Amino acid sequence: MNDLDNNLLNVINEDFSRENAAYNIRKDGVGIERNSTEDATIEPKKDKEGIDVYVKEGAEMAYVHIPVIITKGGFSDKVYNDFYIGKGANAIINAGCGIHNDVHADSSHNGIHRFFIEEGATVVYIEKHYGEGKGDGKKILDPVTEIHLKKNASLKMDTAQIKGVSSTIRTTKAFLEEGAKLEINEKIFTHEKQTAKTVFEVELNGNKSSAKISSRSVASENSHQDFISKVVGNSDCYAHVECDAIIKDKATVTSDPMIVANTVDASLVHEATIGKIAGEQLIKLMTLGLSKEKAEETIINGFLK
Amino acid sequence: MLEVKDISYVVDNKVVLDKVNLTIKPGLTVITGPNGAGKSTLSKVLMGIVKPTSGSIIYNGEDITNLSIDERAKKGFAFSFQTPVKFKGITVGDLITLSSFESESFISPYEILSDVGLCAKDYVNREIDSSLSGGELKRIEIASALVREAKVNIFDEPEAGIDLWSFDNLSDMFKKLKTKKDTISIIVSHQERIIDIASNIILIKQGKAQVVNSKKELSTIASKCNDCKGGC
Ligand SMILES: Nc1ncnc2c1ncn2[C@@H]1O[C@H](COP(=O)(O)OP(=O)(O)OP(=O)(O)O)[C@@H](O)[C@H]1O
Ligand SMILES: [Mg+2]
Repeated sequence: MNDLDNNLLNVINEDFSRENAAYNIRKDGVGIERNSTEDATIEPKKDKEGIDVYVKEGAEMAYVHIPVIITKGGFSDKVYNDFYIGKGANAIINAGCGIHNDVHADSSHNGIHRFFIEEGATVVYIEKHYGEGKGDGKKILDPVTEIHLKKNASLKMDTAQIKGVSSTIRTTKAFLEEGAKLEINEKIFTHEKQTAKTVFEVELNGNKSSAKISSRSVASENSHQDFISKVVGNSDCYAHVECDAIIKDKATVTSDPMIVANTVDASLVHEATIGKIAGEQLIKLMTLGLSKEKAEETIINGFLK
Repeated sequence: MLEVKDISYVVDNKVVLDKVNLTIKPGLTVITGPNGAGKSTLSKVLMGIVKPTSGSIIYNGEDITNLSIDERAKKGFAFSFQTPVKFKGITVGDLITLSSFESESFISPYEILSDVGLCAKDYVNREIDSSLSGGELKRIEIASALVREAKVNIFDEPEAGIDLWSFDNLSDMFKKLKTKKDTISIIVSHQERIIDIASNIILIKQGKAQVVNSKKELSTIASKCNDCKGGC
């Protein structure tokens, strides 16, 4: 790995460590480093690109890192990663993709991630997306995440698209059984002419299952964002979806929330807010001596923290 | 010295401030008066948050009428809002750190928060949003102004929402500010105990300001005041 690789890796996964962790580093379409631990095993798929990650039943805390870096311009990559989390296990999984593209041709990465989380297991899944490079070739990321949560299993997903991704369509589907818990926190920043589309589809099938989805985004310059979510309550369940967007300049945002209650016991809430930075917040920070520009930056950084 | 010269503010054909003339010297000046009289508007004019329709503000001989909010902040003005502003994702610690950025002696968030009666470790990492109580937000707001160690301190109803038990602490803080050399402190307040410690009292009524010489005079005016009542 060279400096550029390490830099990209650092941006998308600042917690990366080879110690005591299972990891798979994929660079320009090839797995370049791989390690398994007692609690977590990583195996390459035989029939297609991608890996299978197995976390042992009852694992106290398994650390898994699966960063993807793309440094070749004009490179397209598609991978299938499956995660099998054993009963009662605890795992922290760090994924993420960094693209460096200095040329005219487009680079893209599509990660298709499926999670099979067994009874009582707890997973924290962190995913960061980032693009950089001087060329005008696009940096495209279209991740698909599919989550199956068994009884009393839980997944907390933190996703962030930090900067520099020209176009993204991120699709997340989740299916929850009895007592399962899902929490998703999404942060998106777009600028220039970027587009970002987020699609959530959540089915609450088991009683006492719950989902909390929060999307905070900032759309600036000429960028456009779409937020689409469909949450279906098929049981005695609870869901809260919150889409909160700040728009600046000539950016546009649409929010298309849908909640479907198929039983009287489903309690579903959707909140959507789109607006410019609150004037009173700017004023408050300016009374502290911050310029208007600095105040804006501080508000946005806090919002997306 | 802060001079308010012929300041008027008209909005929607309503005269909110009507040719206000004041000279404010170092020490503690309390601005009082009925609801809707124009107290907050006048404080905001001083800070540059509201642009007056006419008139000027002179600070130590310099005309600052056209200076922006942040330019006044850099000249040593601090402001505590009547209604504290909430944020998303900005913590109490973040705000206090930002506030203390330019103050001379570095006061840590821990120190200033305990000064306003908050146990710092319980609060520094909390977001400044509606999960905080009204009184907590108010104390944080006061701390964010105090920590700046400003030369001109403007507090808009700092005591509102502060419980009786902590009130002594608050008035002690203002007593301390009062003795600070070359420091102007302006407090909008309805509280007798704050009026008691004032070096100067200004009464605002229907956008007009007048200097009141003593608390006794204030109560005489208040008892005779017909236009101080609200309603139509
Ligand atoms: N931007 C505005 N548009 C319309 N009316 C305004 C505006 N700003 C102030 N006012 C009016 O001016 C009057 C004075 O308001 P201000 O907030 O200064 O009162 P106050 O003396 O601080 O009252 P309180 O004791 O209730 O805080 C009020 O009647 C208010 O409704
Ligand atoms: Mg007021």
